[in-house]
Amino acid sequence: MKQVTAHYGSAQALFGVDLELRAGEVLALMGRNGMGKTTTVRSLCRMIPVNGEMTFDGHDLSRLPSHKAARLGIGLVPEGRRCFAGLTVTENLIAAARRGYWNLSGIRTLFPRLAERRHQLAGTLSGGEQQMVAIGRALMTNPRLLVLDEATEGLAPIIRNEIWTALARLKAETGLSIIVVDKQIGEMRQLCDHAVVLERGSTTWAGPMAELTPALSAQLIGV
Amino acid sequence: MIPEKLLNLVVLALLLAVPYWASLNDAPFTITLATRATIFALAAVGLNIALGMGGMVSLGHALFFGIGGYTMGILAFHAQSFTPLIDGPMVIEGTKSMPVIWAVAMGVSALAALVIGALSLRTAGVYFIMITLAFGQMLFFFTISWSSYGGEDGLSIFLRNEFPGLDTLVPFNFFALCYGLLVLVILFNARFARSPFGLALNAARQSPDRVRAVGLNPQRLKLVAFVISGTITGLAGALFADLNRFVSPTMFSWQTSGEIMVFVILGGVARLCGPVVGAVAFVMLEHFLGGLSEFWHIYLGLLLLLIVLFARGGLVGLVARRGAAHD
Repeated sequence: MKQVTAHYGSAQALFGVDLELRAGEVLALMGRNGMGKTTTVRSLCRMIPVNGEMTFDGHDLSRLPSHKAARLGIGLVPEGRRCFAGLTVTENLIAAARRGYWNLSGIRTLFPRLAERRHQLAGTLSGGEQQMVAIGRALMTNPRLLVLDEATEGLAPIIRNEIWTALARLKAETGLSIIVVDKQIGEMRQLCDHAVVLERGSTTWAGPMAELTPALSAQLIGV
Repeated sequence: MIPEKLLNLVVLALLLAVPYWASLNDAPFTITLATRATIFALAAVGLNIALGMGGMVSLGHALFFGIGGYTMGILAFHAQSFTPLIDGPMVIEGTKSMPVIWAVAMGVSALAALVIGALSLRTAGVYFIMITLAFGQMLFFFTISWSSYGGEDGLSIFLRNEFPGLDTLVPFNFFALCYGLLVLVILFNARFARSPFGLALNAARQSPDRVRAVGLNPQRLKLVAFVISGTITGLAGALFADLNRFVSPTMFSWQTSGEIMVFVILGGVARLCGPVVGAVAFVMLEHFLGGLSEFWHIYLGLLLLLIVLFARGGLVGLVARRGAAHD
């Protein structure tokens, strides 16, 4: 993404976001509340109209509808555990399935809880389990880039740990590119290779995660 | 409460047993009533794909019912009057063969559903309802003025069409054909609902944005479902015309669309055999209450009101155990 701008109606939300990610890398998208992290994710997934340059694997993303961006290999885990509540766990996964590395048994191995709950309606699961379904559903599209928007927000510590462990496995075993938006700075430091910090809808800092020292992160994002 | 699968089997068994009993006891009118209910059920099963699975509230499904009916009427009229359907360098004759009529009725209905769906699905909500209603009314008024095929008076067909190896003039035989088609379509629906396409369609009904996020185009999913839905309703229209040996513009009217929707809501939206239960209940109410009072629709309205207020799963939902039906 180069100098990407976006509007909600007449209100401008992004003023120039720059973001680059290489294959197999994990990127932390950080910033205080309201600085444009979710809007950046929605722009990348083509859910809102944008201006600026956006390419993914050589394809111009800027004019594609969202379903075509997803078909290019961008898998989204949206904010707020958004499963298909009226479908069972297995049906949620099958509805999104495309050929590739990830299949039902792979997802059930990654999240054993989902194997236990496979016939249960997704709307009746706990918040953490719904988040696992949302991640599993995104993986079933066999993406090359997985985008997680606040995937661990509001979850119990034990469930958060399961999700961070699964993401670490994804990085180590599959070489999947990942963009993570989250507030768990400790876990992000362990998982992510690079970081981009947003402030008032534009990129204010970008670099290797190791260079985002605690002092700098406290100054930029307050944690 | 009983499992829904068991209820479905009981419903289908009863729908077969009653006309069979009637055929043994020389009660052809009962068989005709059962055939009428079966055909209505088929039309409603078609609508249930659009309404129940796809969330498309179509108030224009009479259009496909009418197209199926008029396809049968026109083909049979030309075959029975020995006049070509199309004259000129290439002559196309009518036909009395039911399988051919069914195939043509389904093909024409599918084509109409493709065009109407492609236009209607650019809108949603009340606008979708209005556009589908408008298309139905357009065909209604067109057939009223279509004097070649009876205009407002409709078109009578002298003999029931033929099916290879079966005397279709025997009421139970014709019922058996309709029943067989209904069972086939229900089996198709059961598999369709659990297929990746059916699940994606269900997901698109729940959240089009989330479906786009997994790389699927909800408009395309709904269009395919709308075409399948219209095709099945078109087949029902062809059978209905053959049952009555008569087609008229009434088949296209918005009241017919409303009745097909009532079958679905009465029996249970998105329930596999909900439309069957709804159609049977409607025909029974029409027969028994219609004999007591010409204002029998008041009682039907009252029943519908109770179902909508207190039993969102319809009559099937009242007695069958399964996940709650959606709104």
